[in-house]
Amino acid sequence: MGMTITEKVLAAHAGLKEVAPGQLINCKVDIALANDITAPISIKEFRQAGATKVFDKDKVALVPDHFAPNKDIDSANQVKMVREFALEQNLTHFWDVGRMGVEHTLLPEQGVVGPGDLVIGADSHTCTYGALGAFASGVGSTDLAAAMITGEAWYRVPETMLFSLKGKPAKWITGKDVILYIIGKIGVDGALYKAMEYTGDGAANLSLDDRFTICNMAIEAGAKNGIFTPDAKTKAYVEGRFKRTPKYYASDTDAKYCERMDIDLSTMELQVAFPHLPSNTRTISNVGTVKVDQVVVGSCTNGRYSDLKIAADLMRGKKVAKGVRMIVIPATQDIYKQAMKDGLLEVFIDAEAVVSTPTCGPCLGGHMGILGAGEKALTTTNRNFVGRMGHRTSEVYLAGPAVAAATAITGKISSPEDVL
Amino acid sequence: MSNKVLKGKAHMFGADVDTDAIIPARYLTTIDPVELAKHVMEDADPEFPKKVKAGDVIVAQKNFGCGSSREHAPIAIKGAKVSCVIAKSFARIFYRNAFNMGLPIFESADAPDRIKPGDELEVDMSTGVIKNITRNESYHAAPIPPFMQQLIEAGGLMASIKKKMGVN
Ligand code: SF4
Repeated sequence: MGMTITEKVLAAHAGLKEVAPGQLINCKVDIALANDITAPISIKEFRQAGATKVFDKDKVALVPDHFAPNKDIDSANQVKMVREFALEQNLTHFWDVGRMGVEHTLLPEQGVVGPGDLVIGADSHTCTYGALGAFASGVGSTDLAAAMITGEAWYRVPETMLFSLKGKPAKWITGKDVILYIIGKIGVDGALYKAMEYTGDGAANLSLDDRFTICNMAIEAGAKNGIFTPDAKTKAYVEGRFKRTPKYYASDTDAKYCERMDIDLSTMELQVAFPHLPSNTRTISNVGTVKVDQVVVGSCTNGRYSDLKIAADLMRGKKVAKGVRMIVIPATQDIYKQAMKDGLLEVFIDAEAVVSTPTCGPCLGGHMGILGAGEKALTTTNRNFVGRMGHRTSEVYLAGPAVAAATAITGKISSPEDVL
Repeated sequence: MSNKVLKGKAHMFGADVDTDAIIPARYLTTIDPVELAKHVMEDADPEFPKKVKAGDVIVAQKNFGCGSSREHAPIAIKGAKVSCVIAKSFARIFYRNAFNMGLPIFESADAPDRIKPGDELEVDMSTGVIKNITRNESYHAAPIPPFMQQLIEAGGLMASIKKKMGVN
C-alpha cells in the first residue's frame, strides 16, 4: 500500500517497512530541541531520572531565545541552568547571546536539521522544519527529557490532509497569506492530530521561506506536522548547509489521505487574522479601519531575510506614522548581518523604527515591546490569543511583512498598495 | 490506574482555551507549581485562581489547551489542585503533556453541554463515567487509549524510563 511522505519518514525512523495511521511506533530522533523556557524542566526531569549523559551530544540542540538576552533575574537563572547543562554535556548545538537566533529560523539556517530528519522539539513551532521534507513536531518538556536520555520518542502515526496548491501567487502574497487563508477555512482544530501535506505545481512557486512560514503555523490548525516534498529549491537550500546526508522522501501516488483541499495561489488575497484566534481571518479589503499602536516584524514565522526585505522596500524613504511604534527583529545573527550589509537596517532606522537583536521578545509577550491596556498591534508573528503580547485587554492582528510595513506607515491596517 | 473517584465543583470554559489563557507567558520564568497556580486561567477568568478549590473540575468545550507546548499549563492546573479536566477534545500537545504530567483528562461529547457552573461532579478514573450529583445525570468519557494505560501502569513517562535504566 502506498504511503505519504510523513508515513515514510516515520517508518524509516521506527525501523519499519510500512506504517499506517493510528499505529503506535517508537522512533529514533535525529535532533532533540529545547529552549530557555522548556529546557529547564527537561533538565530537571533528566536529572531526577538519574541520567548523567545525553544520548548523543551532536543531536541535542538548546537555544535560549525567548527571554534572551535575559530580561530579568528569573530568566537569567533559567538560561544559566541551560548553559551549564550544555557545557557539562559538551553539546555541539548550543547558541548563547551573540550567536543565538530564534530557534526555528536558526536550526535550518545553520544546517542542523534537513530533509528526511525526524525532529522532536519542546516548542510547538518545531513543525517549521517540515518545509525541508522532515517530520518535525512539538512536544512538552517531559517527552523531550525522555528523548534526550534515550534518543527515542513514541508517536501515533497521523492521518494526512492533502493541500493541493496551484498557480503563482500575486505580488505581495507570501506563505503567511497561504497559511492564514487555510486556517481561516479549516479552523484552529481543523487539522487536530493530523499531518498537513502540501503538493501540486503551486508548491514549486513557493520559496523555502514561504514554506517555513506555512509549516510553522501547522500547529495553529492543531496539526501534528506540516510537510512539503523536497524539490530543486529544497536541494539548493540544503546544499553546502546541511551537516548530515539529506534523505529525500516523496508520497506514493496511491498514498491515502483523509481529506483534500485545492487552493489556487493565483487568486489568493492578502490576509489578516483578527483577535483572538489565527482562524479569525479577513482579506485585506474587508479589514475596515483599524488603528494600531505597534507593528512588529519578526519571529520564527516571519523574521527571515525575505520578510525584512519586503518590509524595507516598502518603507524606504518613508516614516513610521506618528503615535506608532515599529519593532523589527531579525530572527538570527546571519539575517541581521545580511540586512545590515544590504542597508535594510538603515531603511528601518531612517523610518524611525527600532531594530532589535535576535530574540522571540514580544511574540510571546516576553519583553522588547509589550502592549499596555487596550493597545493594538499588527504583527508578523503567529498567535493572537488574549494577552499574547501583553495586557489581557490588548489586541493582536496577524499578517505578513507587506501589510506590516504598510500599516506602520499609515498607522492603520493597510495594504501595500496604499503606500506605493 | 486505580479505582479512584475524583470529586469537585465544575468550572466552565468555552472552546479553544489556549495555553496563554491557562498560564500567560509572562509567568513562565518559573516552573514552581504553587507560583504558577496563582495565575492559572487568569486571562480567561481573573477570579479563577482565588475561587478554585482542591478537587474542582475544569469543564470546557472543544480543543482545550491549544497553542504552545508549555508543560507549565498542566503543571499550573495541577498546582491549583484541580482534579481533572473534561472537554469535548484536547489539543494534541496538551493531551500528551497532561498525561506525561499525571493530570487526568477526559474527552466527552455530551458532558460539557450538560454540566452547569458549580455542579458537583464525580469522575471515575477507571471507567470514565462522569456523575453529575447536582443534576442526577451521568455521562461517558472516552476510555484512555491502551498505549497510555501501559505508560500509566509504569507510573508515567519518566518513571517508565527510570525503570528501563534500572534506577528506582
Ligand atoms: S518567535 Fe514566537 S512562536 Fe517562534 S519560538 Fe519564539 S515565542 Fe515561539
